[in-house]
Amino acid sequence: MNQWTNFTKGFVKDNPVFVLLLGLCPTLAVTSSAINGLGMGLATTFVLVCSNIVVTMIKSYIPDKVRIPSFIVIIASFVTIVELVMQAYVPALFATLGIFIPLIVVNCLVLGRAEGFASKQSLLSSLVDGLGMGFGFTFALTLLGAVREMLGNGSIFDVKFTTGDAILIFILQPGAFIVLGYLIALINKLRTSS
Amino acid sequence: MAKKVKSSFINMVLTLMIITVVASLALGSVYNLTLEPIAAAKKAARERAIKFVLPEFDSLISFKVEIPDDPNLSDQGNGNQDSLVFYQALNGTETVGLAVQTFSNQGYDPTQIQIMVGFLPSGVIDSTVVTQQKETPGLGTKMTREKFNGQFAGIDLTTFNMSVTKDGGDVDAITASTISSRAVCDALNRAYRTFNAYKKEGGSE
Repeated sequence: MNQWTNFTKGFVKDNPVFVLLLGLCPTLAVTSSAINGLGMGLATTFVLVCSNIVVTMIKSYIPDKVRIPSFIVIIASFVTIVELVMQAYVPALFATLGIFIPLIVVNCLVLGRAEGFASKQSLLSSLVDGLGMGFGFTFALTLLGAVREMLGNGSIFDVKFTTGDAILIFILQPGAFIVLGYLIALINKLRTSS
Repeated sequence: MAKKVKSSFINMVLTLMIITVVASLALGSVYNLTLEPIAAAKKAARERAIKFVLPEFDSLISFKVEIPDDPNLSDQGNGNQDSLVFYQALNGTETVGLAVQTFSNQGYDPTQIQIMVGFLPSGVIDSTVVTQQKETPGLGTKMTREKFNGQFAGIDLTTFNMSVTKDGGDVDAITASTISSRAVCDALNRAYRTFNAYKKEGGSE
């Protein structure tokens, strides 16, 4: 497979959030601001790349019946490592993302790529896939967070551009669903017209 | 691609065992490596908070003070904690203030709200800073903003009624988040009553 198409498919064609609809739990929960979306996306990318690499390296030694528990243990280990390292070296970001970091374990995007891609493909393809999917996920989360922050808080990346209150509901949970719905519709329109 | 290992019982047990052992070894070593930086980061954050709420000082003494049984204080909010940590800030031998790490369990989110309150020796609040909270983004989280927090700077709690205006107090609550505002009042009240009890016992000044 062409590695460039493999990499770019995560952005639009197979975007994990807008097209595959994978990993919606953290997507809806953390995207109340652009910076949260970005941080969560990058943390997920790291876990995705690491777990893809490990899974693809040991895929032929894992009996089929226990592959899911094995993948989960590998993913959970990387998530815990991310959590500890963030807590140690970027405490400010950890304070905002806090409880959502452990949630990467149950992000079906990570397991979905390990199971659906890395366990069947070569090392290089899996690495590229992890990067592409991760950045696609980061892109989607940042976009969603930016739209919600703009509408709901009147700011972007914590920089205020309006005074006074904005449309609060976009920062709350219902806003996540509304914005995600419209973004999916928009992306689908773009995909079908091109 | 190499031939898959068969899913026999012994193979499955062995695979899972190897994976879990390797994973726990990796986690253990990362935990050990990050133990010190995490403690240092927490300490730095705490010291930044103390520096923020008190005038200049050059040394700190920390100790615990029991939360008094006060009818004005809802004790159900105390959880399992029965004391607050006090940080006495000294400049030479003179006390310039006391920072109190207070908390409230009455927030909107089950996560405890933690606030560092700086008391001047006279009992006036110098300023406050929220050190931990998980309130609703865009609503309760505004408790960390200057606009809300600033109103506690320089107040004397003997004349100031520490509850939101809705409850007949002097605190301007955050719009649409009375629960979080009440929790902040609860935390500050806890700090103040404990501070008073400590002073009455003849705590060194």
